[in-house]
Amino acid sequence: MMQVEPWLVLSFAATIFFIGLTGVFIRRNILVLLMCIELMLNAVNLTFVVFSRQLDSLAGQMSVFFIMTVAAAEAAVGLGLVIALFRTLRTVDTDQIQLLKE
Amino acid sequence: MISLIPLFPLIGFLINGTWYALGQSRPGARKASAGLTGGIATLAIFASFLVSLQLFLQLHGMPEDGRVIEQMMFSWMKVGDFNLQMGFRLDSLNTLFTLVITGVGTLIHLYSVGYMGHDETPGKFFSYLNLFCFAMLMLVLGSSLPILFLGWEGVGLCSYLLIGYWYADTEKASAGKKAFIANRVGDLGFLLGMFLIYTTFGTLDFAQLKEVVMAGGHGALPHGVALGTITTICVLLFVGCTGKSAQIPLFVWLPDAMAGPTPVSALIHAATMVTSGIYMVTRLNFLYSLSPDALGLVAGIGAATALFAATIALVQTDIKKVLAYSTVSQLGYMFLGCGVGAYTAGVFHVITHAFFKALLFLGAGSVIHGMHEEQNILKMGGLRSRMPRTFLVFAIGWLAICGIPPFSGFFSKDEILWTAFSSPHGSTVLWAVGAVTAVMTAFYMTRLFSLTFLGQPRFQEAHGHDDHHGHGHGHGHGIHVHESPWIMVAPLGVLAVLSAAGGFMGVPHLSWLEHWLEPVVGAHHGIAEGVSPSLEWVLMGVSVVGAVVGITFALKLYSNLKNAEKLAQSGSGLHKLLVNKWYVDELYEAIFVKPIHALSKGLWKGFDVAVIDRFVVGFGRISQATGQAVRTIQTGSIQVYAFVLGLGLVATVGYLIYGLAR
Repeated sequence: MMQVEPWLVLSFAATIFFIGLTGVFIRRNILVLLMCIELMLNAVNLTFVVFSRQLDSLAGQMSVFFIMTVAAAEAAVGLGLVIALFRTLRTVDTDQIQLLKE
Repeated sequence: MISLIPLFPLIGFLINGTWYALGQSRPGARKASAGLTGGIATLAIFASFLVSLQLFLQLHGMPEDGRVIEQMMFSWMKVGDFNLQMGFRLDSLNTLFTLVITGVGTLIHLYSVGYMGHDETPGKFFSYLNLFCFAMLMLVLGSSLPILFLGWEGVGLCSYLLIGYWYADTEKASAGKKAFIANRVGDLGFLLGMFLIYTTFGTLDFAQLKEVVMAGGHGALPHGVALGTITTICVLLFVGCTGKSAQIPLFVWLPDAMAGPTPVSALIHAATMVTSGIYMVTRLNFLYSLSPDALGLVAGIGAATALFAATIALVQTDIKKVLAYSTVSQLGYMFLGCGVGAYTAGVFHVITHAFFKALLFLGAGSVIHGMHEEQNILKMGGLRSRMPRTFLVFAIGWLAICGIPPFSGFFSKDEILWTAFSSPHGSTVLWAVGAVTAVMTAFYMTRLFSLTFLGQPRFQEAHGHDDHHGHGHGHGHGIHVHESPWIMVAPLGVLAVLSAAGGFMGVPHLSWLEHWLEPVVGAHHGIAEGVSPSLEWVLMGVSVVGAVVGITFALKLYSNLKNAEKLAQSGSGLHKLLVNKWYVDELYEAIFVKPIHALSKGLWKGFDVAVIDRFVVGFGRISQATGQAVRTIQTGSIQVYAFVLGLGLVATVGYLIYGLAR
């Protein structure tokens, strides 16, 4: 069976994480922001799995399950908020939604 | 037992004061009657009089050199070595003062019940009056200077409150302020004198002070104390007296104080408060006697004030103003007496003056009441037949102040004049000033008396005979003059008897008073060398003749007002000067008030607005500018915040890694 080098997987995960982070910083659409957050979460999941395998410990895999559950819940709540926000403000652009400033 | 004397007026004040503050002053509350509030106040002060009388009799029964009753109540202040006892000490000097204050005070309270009958807020008036009596009694009973000072300030406060009693009138309110400020100036001197006494002698208690001062023997300076220090102390304390007892240069407040209700003028500004300066000088006579310079100053100021105020009184037309200047003049007499070392004569004049001046003021009040608030004597006249009882008692007061024997003023005034001439500290000049003043006194009092009671009425009289004592403003034009009710006339009667007979306690050579005061003021100083004792009778004759001349001249002059006007015309410059009171008020306005105004205005514009305000506004501007600058980084965009957060995170982690790696 072919062995995938751990550093390769970790670099891949890091790349995805930073793609997500950059997306959170620069994108203005809330839906895209939510997707970017999902990207970051799943990149973290991937590193957990790698280390779980490397260290022969199931704790990492346990964390992955928790994160996936929380991420699912977060996506549900987040999408609900986006819909509510869109209904009140008629936009999903974060530049238009700066109520904190005032 | 002594503490009961000031306690009763205090209780009266608390009852009337609380009742007024909580009940009567509320909007829509029913007006309290003068009878009830005044009754409470009168009872309080009368109870105090009874206690004073009882204590006086107790003192009288004691052996001559042990006539002191002391009551120490509690330690008021304790700082290091300084232990101030709250206590009262009654001796032969202040027992006389308590009798006068509570006795004359009772009569004036009683009179006020009638006089203030139509007042809107009698509760307030009587509570103030009681508070005044309380403070005055503290002043004379206090065993040490700080307690005296407590009363000293208390009477000043009450005087202010009562002068400005009708505060809705701006002029009256500012008269109150003037009195208060003039008194404060004097109080500064008093305080400094008190401090100097403490640093010099280490005690403020009168008995201990006397012991320390007299330690070197009679007439010798206490060990280690320079004469200059004692003179400074005496002069500083005397500055306090010039404020409270209305002497040059601080006398200006007393004539204005006549803005208060007439009973107040009688009680505070004639009979009691203004004599507190004489009380203090007499109380500290052992100090004053050591310093010839200080005594000379007291006598000089006293004589100058007596003459100065008498000249102003010659031409005033307000009945109360004449009496006010006369009071200033008589106070000058008392200081003249004290200044030549004749403290007994000073105290004697305090007592007789309290009787006849209270009588004159209350008589004037009765006239003002009867004339419906008319105070100008040029608009009176002929009241003799319309107010016969007031006329009679006023005549007695008039003869007493003029110094006609055997009325009380004759004895006390003559004693002062004789001692001014004969005492080792006295001189012919002092006597001459006093004698001229006496003639002037006779003149202006006769002028007042004649213009008020004699001759024909110079006002339009209302016709019709309704005999009730209501105010006649509703009768159309003209004044319906009425005699005052019995509650006002009765105290006048008592005071008239006292004014007539009060002098017999100090008949020359048989003086009960002199003997009585000996433990406090020491034996009589005797007469200077080269003065023949028989001169006393000559001088007495001179002053009586002077008084009679003054009276006759005034009677003749003012029997026809046109003659008087002609005389005023002939000396119009002098007349104008006197009418304007020597322009003293204007002078003070120019020397003190205006510069202080200018200084205050300069400080306001130059310092407050230019410096302090700029600082305050500047701080505001700085905060604003900082805020403006910093708000640009608050974009409201969560992403920017998150980005900054991320940067911060990276920086922190980087620093930690860098730090750990090192």
